[in-house]
Amino acid sequence: MNNYSNEHKLYLKILKKKKLTVFLLRISIIALFIALWEIFSRIGLINSFLFSSPSRVLKTICELIKNKTFFKHIGITIFEVIVSFSLSNILGFIISIILLWNNTIYKIFDPYITILNSLPKVALGPLIIIWVGASMNSIIFMALLISVFVTIINIYNGFVSVNKNYIIMLKSFGATQIEIFFKVILPSSFYNIISSEKVNISMNLIGVVMGELLVSKSGIGYLIMYGSQIFNIDLVVTGVVILGIISYLLYMIIEKIEVKNKEKFS
Amino acid sequence: MEILKVSNLRKVYHTKNSEILALKDINFSINKGEIVSIVGPSGCGKSTILSILSGIVDKSFGSVIVKDNSNLSYMLQDDALLPFRTILDNCLIGLEIKSMLTEERKNYVLKLLKDYGLEDFIDKYPSSLSGGMRQRVALIRTLAVKPDILLLDEATSALDYQSKLLIEDDIYKIIKKEKITTIMVTHDISQAICMSDKIIVLSKRPAIVKKTYNVTLTGKSTPLKNRKCLEFNKYFDMIWGDLDE
Repeated sequence: MNNYSNEHKLYLKILKKKKLTVFLLRISIIALFIALWEIFSRIGLINSFLFSSPSRVLKTICELIKNKTFFKHIGITIFEVIVSFSLSNILGFIISIILLWNNTIYKIFDPYITILNSLPKVALGPLIIIWVGASMNSIIFMALLISVFVTIINIYNGFVSVNKNYIIMLKSFGATQIEIFFKVILPSSFYNIISSEKVNISMNLIGVVMGELLVSKSGIGYLIMYGSQIFNIDLVVTGVVILGIISYLLYMIIEKIEVKNKEKFS
Repeated sequence: MEILKVSNLRKVYHTKNSEILALKDINFSINKGEIVSIVGPSGCGKSTILSILSGIVDKSFGSVIVKDNSNLSYMLQDDALLPFRTILDNCLIGLEIKSMLTEERKNYVLKLLKDYGLEDFIDKYPSSLSGGMRQRVALIRTLAVKPDILLLDEATSALDYQSKLLIEDDIYKIIKKEKITTIMVTHDISQAICMSDKIIVLSKRPAIVKKTYNVTLTGKSTPLKNRKCLEFNKYFDMIWGDLDE
């Protein structure tokens, strides 16, 4: 650092300042929102029974921690997200490999995948409960249905967007399809696939919460549903806040993996 | 001694709306150790010939005879260096695929990397290299499999002028030293004259061999110096005229 010229030091200082400004503005938006929400509910501008307030949310969290259900609900939701995320990736990889391997199969199934992806799966909720049973399995199945088609589309697009010259180069050495897949397609689409996992993980969270809203005895979706049934708006809002935090954390985990691999794969 | 013979080679590309005859009737033969350039109007199918020779594209008709089970290696216009592999690993990929990776071959690659000033980049990734360096790595990757016949497809056309002249010299030195038979496709007439023993001029599409020149330059040495040879302009004018017709 000491070896840099004054001009470069100034440049770094400006860069740091810009980063800090973005960070502070980002924080201040949420801080302002929380502050206004609290103030408005205290002075009675909004009905805190209907709209809750940050202090009431905090109180609800404390109560949940006290009766030892806070981490249980979060844990169950995250567990379900991880299971459905893993399953949708395993399935997504297998199906994408088949689609990549045979273009005719891809052409046959392409419209089905697009249609199934855009179908509102929540409409299938009651049927899923009948088929799979009122258990965690239905929740995971629901999340899987919501996320797997996006996963297939993303992974397949990652595979086919590989630079064609890499493939020609390998072919010129006489590489087989399997060698081309493992030496070029898989590693070079890895970075793109990781990026698309950011969307995928939130789809899984949406699916899990939807499933929990329909059928569950625990998890954040259950808390929200239970809260609304007993008209405890504080509990509902607390659930939504926790979901926001979980969603941000899951996003950040994938982003960290993405940044770590950025230099190597782009 | 003849190492490769192409007879009545024909290539038709089929698309939904048309049928394109790219190569009509291509005939030529190449002797061992020769450097042969294929020149022709843009889009005439020069690169298609190399794609057929390397086995990437199927021919429609005709025969390609490669004598003595000679080993072909193809260097594309795009360096196609894999960004997630180190420079050394990029150079070894052909050997891995051909199951020819031995300690001896690896040492040969390391020696080539050293000879071409890439010693410090062995463990680095391609993003840290300049265009000229990348092309050298691509050349080393192609040479690693010790080909008997080297196919070069516009190997220098993506480079700036200075890097191009330097790489030309490098390629020339190494193929002469290793006595590798070389077929190169180029749109650059001057490059064809200063590097080749023989130049094949193709007609516009559908391509046939229009003319073949045996290049004899007085005081022939490296490509850069060959540009100053007395006969250089004579060949240039003749080929220019062929392409113009």
